[in-house]
Amino acid sequence: MADYLAEYLPVLIFLAIAIALAAMIVMASWMIAPQHPEREKLSAYECGFEPFDDARGRFDVRFYLVAILFIVFDLEVAFLFPWAVALGEIGVLGFWSMMLFLAVLTVGFVYEWRKGALEWE
Amino acid sequence: MTAALFVFYLLAFVTVAAAVMVIAARNPVHAVLFLILAFFNSAGLLILVGAELVGMLLIVVYVGAVAVLFLFVVMMLDINFVQLREGFLQYLPVGALVGLVLLVELIMVLGTRVVPTTAAAMPRAAPEGVTNAEALGRLLYTDYFYLFQAAGVVLLVAIVGAITLTLRHRPDARRQDIAAQVRRRPQDTLEVRKVRPRSGI
Repeated sequence: MADYLAEYLPVLIFLAIAIALAAMIVMASWMIAPQHPEREKLSAYECGFEPFDDARGRFDVRFYLVAILFIVFDLEVAFLFPWAVALGEIGVLGFWSMMLFLAVLTVGFVYEWRKGALEWE
Repeated sequence: MTAALFVFYLLAFVTVAAAVMVIAARNPVHAVLFLILAFFNSAGLLILVGAELVGMLLIVVYVGAVAVLFLFVVMMLDINFVQLREGFLQYLPVGALVGLVLLVELIMVLGTRVVPTTAAAMPRAAPEGVTNAEALGRLLYTDYFYLFQAAGVVLLVAIVGAITLTLRHRPDARRQDIAAQVRRRPQDTLEVRKVRPRSGI
């Protein structure tokens, strides 16, 4: 267990350096640069006239569809990792178990392809 | 071991603090960013107990995908955040009630178990000499065959549900039909005519 955690020590050191560096850069620019806060500096700038509406407009719902389809196949790939590592020990049942799982998801893949969900028009 | 203990308390503290900020942040986008921070710290906690694969999957699946999805949902909702905050406190009794019910349920489930007090008696993430991914792989596809296939069916339902709910073809959109482009021949579209002078076609 101690060896295992020691392997993650470089990650921890890297994380600490990253956080320290980021904090240092932000603090340095905050302390060294001249600060003249002004309300107009923060307001939305739109070529001189008052902004017409909020910048936070609605997104197209198709982004959501693409993200959902991505998550599904992301999870499918995630299931492949432990399977690939343990394939030598789980035998024929383990192999065909994954094949059945993949077949079920391939049905979904064919469905979304035929439906045209992967096209952006 | 004291270093691991220190890292545990640090990660646990940041996780809880970020989780509190998720519900306390004024801007929903900031709340989602705090959620990502909480996910990252939970992944660190999982790695700390030896569940490497689960921790990495937490980053890949939750941070990479679910958090992006949350951001989409937050941005798609056309809501005025200031109006949303008004009357926030009047939902407090309902929220407290739901939280209380959840707490009681958790106590009823966890109360029946005997929590080991020594580190040696704790359940292991993997047997000695085996990685977490291999330990999971040995069980998931054979011992938990039906649950694994059920996961596949749930994902299939997610695909079909997302497509039926959100896919709308615009009839006026001009789409590229590659087959029609390739099928097109010069004879179908071009006509060569002799034009006599001063007569026109």
